[in-house]
Amino acid sequence: MTPVLQVSGLKTHFFTRAGVVKAVDGVDFSVAKGEVMGLVGESGSGKSITGFSILGLIDPPGRIVEGSVRFNGVELANAPEAALQTLRGNRIAMIFQDPMMTLNPVLRIDTQMMEAIAAHERVDRKTAWQRSRDALGLVGIPSPEERLRAYPHQLSGGMRQRVAIAIAFLNRPDLIIADEPTTALDVTIQGQIIHEAQKLTHQMGTAMIWITHDLAVVAGLADRISVMYAGRIVEQGPTDSVIDRPLHPYTVGLLGSVPTSNKRGERLFQIEGMTPNMLALPEGCAFAPRCRRANGACARQPQIEDIAGRAVRCFHPHTAAAAE
Amino acid sequence: MSTPILEIRDVSKRFVKTLDVAGKIASRLGADMREETVHAVDSVTLSIAPGEVLGLVGESGCGKSTLGRVVAGIHAATEGQVLYQGRDIAKLKGRERRDATLAIQMIFQDPFASLNPRMRVEDIIGEAPRVHGLVAPADAPDYVDEVMEKVGLDPSLKKRYAHQFSGGQRQRIGIARALAVKPKFLVCDEAIAALDVSIQAQVINLFMDLREDLGLTYLFISHDLSVVEHIADRVAIMYLGRIVESATTEEIFTNPHHPYTKALLAEAPRLDQRQRDFAPIVGEIPSPLDPPPGCHFNPRCPIVQDRCRANRPDLRYITPTREVACHFWQNT
Repeated sequence: MTPVLQVSGLKTHFFTRAGVVKAVDGVDFSVAKGEVMGLVGESGSGKSITGFSILGLIDPPGRIVEGSVRFNGVELANAPEAALQTLRGNRIAMIFQDPMMTLNPVLRIDTQMMEAIAAHERVDRKTAWQRSRDALGLVGIPSPEERLRAYPHQLSGGMRQRVAIAIAFLNRPDLIIADEPTTALDVTIQGQIIHEAQKLTHQMGTAMIWITHDLAVVAGLADRISVMYAGRIVEQGPTDSVIDRPLHPYTVGLLGSVPTSNKRGERLFQIEGMTPNMLALPEGCAFAPRCRRANGACARQPQIEDIAGRAVRCFHPHTAAAAE
Repeated sequence: MSTPILEIRDVSKRFVKTLDVAGKIASRLGADMREETVHAVDSVTLSIAPGEVLGLVGESGCGKSTLGRVVAGIHAATEGQVLYQGRDIAKLKGRERRDATLAIQMIFQDPFASLNPRMRVEDIIGEAPRVHGLVAPADAPDYVDEVMEKVGLDPSLKKRYAHQFSGGQRQRIGIARALAVKPKFLVCDEAIAALDVSIQAQVINLFMDLREDLGLTYLFISHDLSVVEHIADRVAIMYLGRIVESATTEEIFTNPHHPYTKALLAEAPRLDQRQRDFAPIVGEIPSPLDPPPGCHFNPRCPIVQDRCRANRPDLRYITPTREVACHFWQNT
């Protein structure tokens, strides 16, 4: 099956006065129809910029300097704005961390939803209104007719994020990029939002990229996981194998530092040092200064290797542990 | 049980938004405008033993931060008492009052907003002990070095300003500032929520080391169940201003009794749950301006009955270590 999205060798750099920030520096992955890919990383790892690059939302001083983004066989990297506009909100939709970034505070929900339909299709107002109402119903908003007449500020944070998700699914896109959509929400509301997103991807066969810093969220949701560090994917593979048998020392460290019930009261494994300064990355492996396994070999940039069905970028992967 | 280091007795905190002049005139003319009262904390009773870590868990708007601030003396309680080592802090005077307030320190969520950007780290950490005469001015620089080392900061960086540090380091500065006055009790209000996962682990480990080295007691406020499960001895669950369940960490996480606790535990994403079907509880937290009558959780509760809409369930001990506020906890 041809993937919905194929990203290869993507590099997005920002040319700032202080120097070149290589926010995304050689990222490869693909997402198939109906598949959920979890893109995990800490702040500054380039996970959001990867999402923005796919949609062509990179503003100067940043630009895509290399690589390709093929969506249903069409090249999107540095594609003309008009071509991207017919796709955005139509075939590819995005859900942001803060729903107020999606919603216009001075327009009613119905105006905004009907506008999103009318931008891509010639439909009469009545059909557009009905589709908006049905979309709100689908994401579990009670009394959708009333909610359509509301302004964003009249809704709670969880409701706003549901509206944002409803808008993302309005035109039945092939791909949805969700950028930390539940980070700002409470635990019980997060559960509801993940539930709706999961249901809709199953129903409509939408491919989804779920960007998050929270491994526990994607553990329960994603089919595959890509772990990013300093602009590169360091490990990629099926969810179960990445979480149960991590290969890259960074993934091992990240998983070790998440508190779980069987480690209660013990010291957590900690990755030493700080998240790297993107302006002053080391020559070789960016994780080497914090890595316990690093040695002289890590002064060179490790290439992606296929180990047990996974893509790993490391000279000293935890292969022994994975074989157990 | 030993005498608690801190006791909270029937503490309530209400925030009242009074009408302004225009509002008063409008209401005189018949407009429907009234004073709005938020019951942020609604008669909460808790006690914390010396050396214990009590985790206080709840969603946003449940009043957990307000309760933390009342304990730390930032807000005065509207009703009820906060007792430190058996004595009501509000009734203490002079030196005793000062000692009690210094003994309880707070660590805030946002290490960007809680440090003065115009002060050098040595002043942020050194100011309070100097003002309170805990160290002689001549010894102050050495003392600052000592505190910085304790929290894992390099003392050679003490001439810097807060913005020159990373988020994790800034949180360490906040912790050093609290430790500088030699407290016995720390209120940690979402102290690690703003940090990256790998940095969170470092700060959690620091909290655990400090507890061991200095014999500290913590009120650890968080929305993150896995962090609380890791660090706390006992857990209290809060919903709309009230404690709905409290028990030892083991009991809460292996056998929750209150339907809200059950829902929270079921919703929290965990690494060991894969490809799960998320089956969420319905509804959202009601506005604390207008909480539902009876049990606050009744509109969302899966086992609700008529009695829950009429009567507020009291928080009762059902075993020596567990309290639950639910009419039908036996049915859950």
